[in-house]
Amino acid sequence: MTTEAGTETEVKEKAEESVAKPDQSEKATEENQEVANAEGEEKEKEKEKEGKGIGRYLPTWLKKQKSQSQTSPTKEVPPTEEADSKVPQEEDEPAPEVNGHAEEVEEKEEVKEKEAESHSTASADTEPAKEEKVEESAEKRPEETRVTAEEDGAEEQKKEQQQQQEEVGGEEEGGGGGGKEGESESKTSIFQSPLRLVRKTKMKLMVCHVTLLEGTDFSCEVEKRAKGQFLFFKVCEHLNLMEKDYFGLSYKDSHEQTCWLDPTKEIKRQIRNNNWQFAFNVKFYPPDPSLLTEDITRYLLCLQLREDVASGRLPCSFVTHALLGSYTLQAEFGDHEPDQPRPLDNVGQLTFAPNQNKEMEEKILELHKSHRGMTPAQADVQFLENAKKLSMYGVDLHHAKDSEGVDIMLGVCANGLLVYKDRLRINRFAWPKILKISYKRNNFYIKIRPGETEQFESTVGFKLQNHRSAKRLWKTSVENHSFFRLTVPEQPTKARFLTLGSKFRYSGRTQAQSRTASSLIDRPAPNFERTSSKRISRSLDGAPRISITEATSENGREPHLELHSDSKVKEVDLSPAEATPTQSPMRVHGDNIYVRHSNLMLEDHDKTQEDVLKHQASISQLKRSFMEAPPPSPPQPNQWENRLTSSPATIRIQQQQQVECVPQAEAAAAAAAADNDATSDTKEPAKTTEVEIEETVVVQEVSIAPKPGLVTVTTSSPAEPPAEQETLEQEVTVEKEAVVAEEVKAAKQESVSSESESEEEAEYHPNVSICHTQIPEEEEEEEEEVKMAEQDATAPDAPSLPAEVSRPVEATTREGEESRNEDAEEQEEEEQEVEKNAEGEKKAERETKESTDDPTMTPVEAPNGHAEPEESETGTGAPEEEEEPKVNGEASLFEAEHRPQVICCSEPPVVKTEMVTISDTFAAQKTEIATKEVPIVHTETKTITYEAAQLDGNGDGEPGVLMTAQTITSESLCTTTTTHITKTLKGGLSETRIEKRIVITGDCDIDHDQALAQAIKEAKEQHPDMSVTRVVVHKETELAEEED
Amino acid sequence: MAGLMSGFHYTHAVVRGIPASLAKEALRSSQSEVDLAKALKEHEAYVEVLGTTLGLEVVELPADESLPDCVFVEDAAVVCGDTALITRPGAESRRRETEAMSRALKDLNLNIVEMTDENATLDGGDVLFTGREFFVGLSKRTNQRGAEILADAFKDYAVSTVPVLEGLHLKSFCSMGGPGLIVIGSSEPAQKALKIMQQMSDHRYDKLTVPDDYAANCIYMNLPNKGHVLLHPTAEQFPESAKVFEKLKDYMLIPVSNLEKVKVDGALTCCSILINKKANV
Repeated sequence: MTTEAGTETEVKEKAEESVAKPDQSEKATEENQEVANAEGEEKEKEKEKEGKGIGRYLPTWLKKQKSQSQTSPTKEVPPTEEADSKVPQEEDEPAPEVNGHAEEVEEKEEVKEKEAESHSTASADTEPAKEEKVEESAEKRPEETRVTAEEDGAEEQKKEQQQQQEEVGGEEEGGGGGGKEGESESKTSIFQSPLRLVRKTKMKLMVCHVTLLEGTDFSCEVEKRAKGQFLFFKVCEHLNLMEKDYFGLSYKDSHEQTCWLDPTKEIKRQIRNNNWQFAFNVKFYPPDPSLLTEDITRYLLCLQLREDVASGRLPCSFVTHALLGSYTLQAEFGDHEPDQPRPLDNVGQLTFAPNQNKEMEEKILELHKSHRGMTPAQADVQFLENAKKLSMYGVDLHHAKDSEGVDIMLGVCANGLLVYKDRLRINRFAWPKILKISYKRNNFYIKIRPGETEQFESTVGFKLQNHRSAKRLWKTSVENHSFFRLTVPEQPTKARFLTLGSKFRYSGRTQAQSRTASSLIDRPAPNFERTSSKRISRSLDGAPRISITEATSENGREPHLELHSDSKVKEVDLSPAEATPTQSPMRVHGDNIYVRHSNLMLEDHDKTQEDVLKHQASISQLKRSFMEAPPPSPPQPNQWENRLTSSPATIRIQQQQQVECVPQAEAAAAAAAADNDATSDTKEPAKTTEVEIEETVVVQEVSIAPKPGLVTVTTSSPAEPPAEQETLEQEVTVEKEAVVAEEVKAAKQESVSSESESEEEAEYHPNVSICHTQIPEEEEEEEEEVKMAEQDATAPDAPSLPAEVSRPVEATTREGEESRNEDAEEQEEEEQEVEKNAEGEKKAERETKESTDDPTMTPVEAPNGHAEPEESETGTGAPEEEEEPKVNGEASLFEAEHRPQVICCSEPPVVKTEMVTISDTFAAQKTEIATKEVPIVHTETKTITYEAAQLDGNGDGEPGVLMTAQTITSESLCTTTTTHITKTLKGGLSETRIEKRIVITGDCDIDHDQALAQAIKEAKEQHPDMSVTRVVVHKETELAEEED
Repeated sequence: MAGLMSGFHYTHAVVRGIPASLAKEALRSSQSEVDLAKALKEHEAYVEVLGTTLGLEVVELPADESLPDCVFVEDAAVVCGDTALITRPGAESRRRETEAMSRALKDLNLNIVEMTDENATLDGGDVLFTGREFFVGLSKRTNQRGAEILADAFKDYAVSTVPVLEGLHLKSFCSMGGPGLIVIGSSEPAQKALKIMQQMSDHRYDKLTVPDDYAANCIYMNLPNKGHVLLHPTAEQFPESAKVFEKLKDYMLIPVSNLEKVKVDGALTCCSILINKKANV
């Protein structure tokens, strides 16, 4: 919310600025137009230009208006409506906001990067730098000619789009941060007012080409840093489409695979080859198109399906081809005119089927005659009614192999996952049957709910061609599940409970929501132009669009499938990249750790003295504020101060810098997520690793509150018991913030690929948010789950979660990092056990699980909205609570109402090569990896504990509730954030203890002081009513000797 | 006019005479004597029900003495819409049955798809068309390749495979009893197969469980002026199962005797191929 406010004012300011500078902007506009003319843009483009041409003679502010109405014909709705819808929107989608935040910081980092570039282009001839350059030059044209007025227009336009709101914030601030960047690159910006210089630099505009379903091209300009959403909305606006949730933008990645543009991420970071070429497509095929509200939506769906059918992607029989074709004719040409054989002429030009022949065309014409009197809209409806019944309607196919290596296809659709062997359906997993979807390297797993007769869930694994394919399949599954199965989207931040791994979630509306929204559409049915002429000319112009014949391949149904060669399963391994001493530019596009790493190093080396100083200043500032914060119990500043002054951290920094000089320094991620479900928390440090650094930042926040009615958190802010729930949610945000903070760091080193690229695995628990009418039952279930978890604990392989959770706390209390490490280790062992379970290796253990819900999910599941019994039980924290009887389930009553999505994600280690360190800390992480060689590793461990208050001290408290766990991986850093919430009820006191654990793993110099400062800062920001009582920094450096 | 999913409305039936060789030479899973005269009478009654009672246009192919099993025409072809897939029966001795069938179906202006793959086998008795999709039993007579070719022939529909662990064919223990209603035997393999089918399908199916597996093989039609029509085994043959059929309300229930043909594993559906010419757009 605060971000929001800031953003708006900024926008206003900017608007004023631009008005103040009409001359330049106008001039620039002209320039721009000339260039555009020279470029010979598409027809649409020309139209736009006409508008601009007039605008040239208008004052800027008028022109702004103009461009607004130009690009947003649908946006003529009074702004009040926008504002209205904005509010819930924001609540629903806090993620983008946070993204915006991240962006802002990233931008700053970029500046540093740029500086670095200029400082050491020679030494830094790594890919990232180069790519940056390429990008720049590519952008140059639009950049130089772009006008601020135009930008402002764009900005304002964005402002109108509530969904974009956050983005504006991000970019605005980003622009402010990137002042220098602008200065160096843009001539026009020099002439801008000083204010403007500070506030905003020129946004680099990119021209996007979007192939529409009609086959025409739509070009538009977006800021270089615009998110996918922005472009998507622009396209929808152009199309006058309101029911947009079924659609998406796709692009070809560097491997020529078709990917969906993530609306919440920057476009730039998704497309790899700087090829701003997209296609507008149907992303979710509505199972019942008749439920769509608007004809225009159905029309677009028809266009997509015509294409699908014609290309063979949607296979259908001769008769169906003919029937669909006849409806197409009716829709495009109207009634068959016996006297005018016009359609007859056309029919041969139109592509209806991959193997179209005269016979089919005759059949089409024959059927067309029977449709007399049908309006285009009716013909579309008929078309869709027939198309939707096709068995492959809306099925997204992916090549895979089953556990026995047999080639199969996995189809993702509205109802679940389908397994095909050749063209036969050999299995089907409906969404309700699926408990978990995950991927790990090139494996894709689904955990199946036990059937009526079965007692235990099972996990089915499939092998995909490579890691990318696995991830793509996983993403598609997650999105389809969310869209079709959920009534409410998993809220990206609040309900998103990650353990580790990909942050990716479906960010849009679900079908249910989309339907609700469409039912509110209140506009006259928009007129839209049908494309008959365009389609025909298109067919005439080019070669037949489709040359796939039925005979070509058994897999030929889906053209894009052919892009995945379904040959041998290639193990995606980064070791080759690492082994490569020099990087070819191609490497940039792949998962290339080396590049990231080099970039990292570069960055660090080029840090200016000033930066360092500023940085240190900010840290001490943070430390000071940390100290000043009133702790819940008598503060112990001396202790704190002492720790600070003698902080091993400072020493450590030097160490790290030395370490960092080792060229091939690698880091092993040590995610000590106290979460059973973090199955994938396996670390696979590279063989080449010489140095590993692990940093652990644990921020504990404790608040004490009188239980009934008022919850007094340390700062004595009153809160109702339901506020506990709020706290929970807040906590999530805090966690997220911290992650963002880490992202900042990540971004610093990141230049090539987005953090998700290095994800090797992720999990997703497709729970459906259902209103539970029987809350008590729900509670029972929860308790059962907890019990299950405890049962599991008895199994030697899988220590119980509660135990796990409590142990770290214990360790912290004693400041015994060693024991903590052990805990982490055990946890990780446990996680691996879980993983084994998933692989069906631990069948015996599985037998202890009786609930349909995966016991291993418990920790994650628990916090999701409904209070676990544990939550109200004695927390780990307060010693005085030990003797007290535990109050169970009270909190649950409030919170058991809904059950947000449980998501588990495992973040892959950054390094994917096989490697095992001998260090105890890492011993647990290696289980999953088939280890061949064991390098010698010396581990160095250091622990710093900052404590503001000694509140806890007992290790036998109830386990906390794992609220969230999340891992962000950048090129060279792996950051895992785990959040535990422990609630204690004692007498009238309720204590909420939030423990956050941030594990940063990287092969570079991790500025843990900054990380710590950030974490503290954010914790404080997020919980002004809580106090930070303990900060433990545990640092572990591994020095591995070069193995032979 | 509806192109897709217009199941159970039939206009034509293809049947074939019983050769004398059936009594001795027809394949059978149990050793039992077939009374040829009774069998002929049964078949005659069967054809009469189709033609006279139900008013279908019956195409009767002459029996071929060299093909003792030729009366079981269902195995020779799978017809859906206006496409007819001529099968490659799993039993070597029955391969030639398809020749006459192919001609007959061609005469009915169906699009003929031949199963030429030497590695493919498919008996029509293993093919259950539910009106929305196909289930193909993988049995002694039908293999994966055969099912694939079927999937190719009927691209509009999902084709799922179901292992047939016991019994000759998939339809030896199940059939359609109405739109979205599967009649299923109560044996364990039958129930298992049903589970698989239910799991594989995006559609919901109700089930009608009958005590006898063989009684689960019925012929369902939805005919104009007649509504739901179900040809089912007689009470004489399966008394318990017949009671179950009695529960079907609003159905035109026609008990059809099948005592003799069942001895050579012939069920009700085996003896005809039903075609809907009007549905062929």
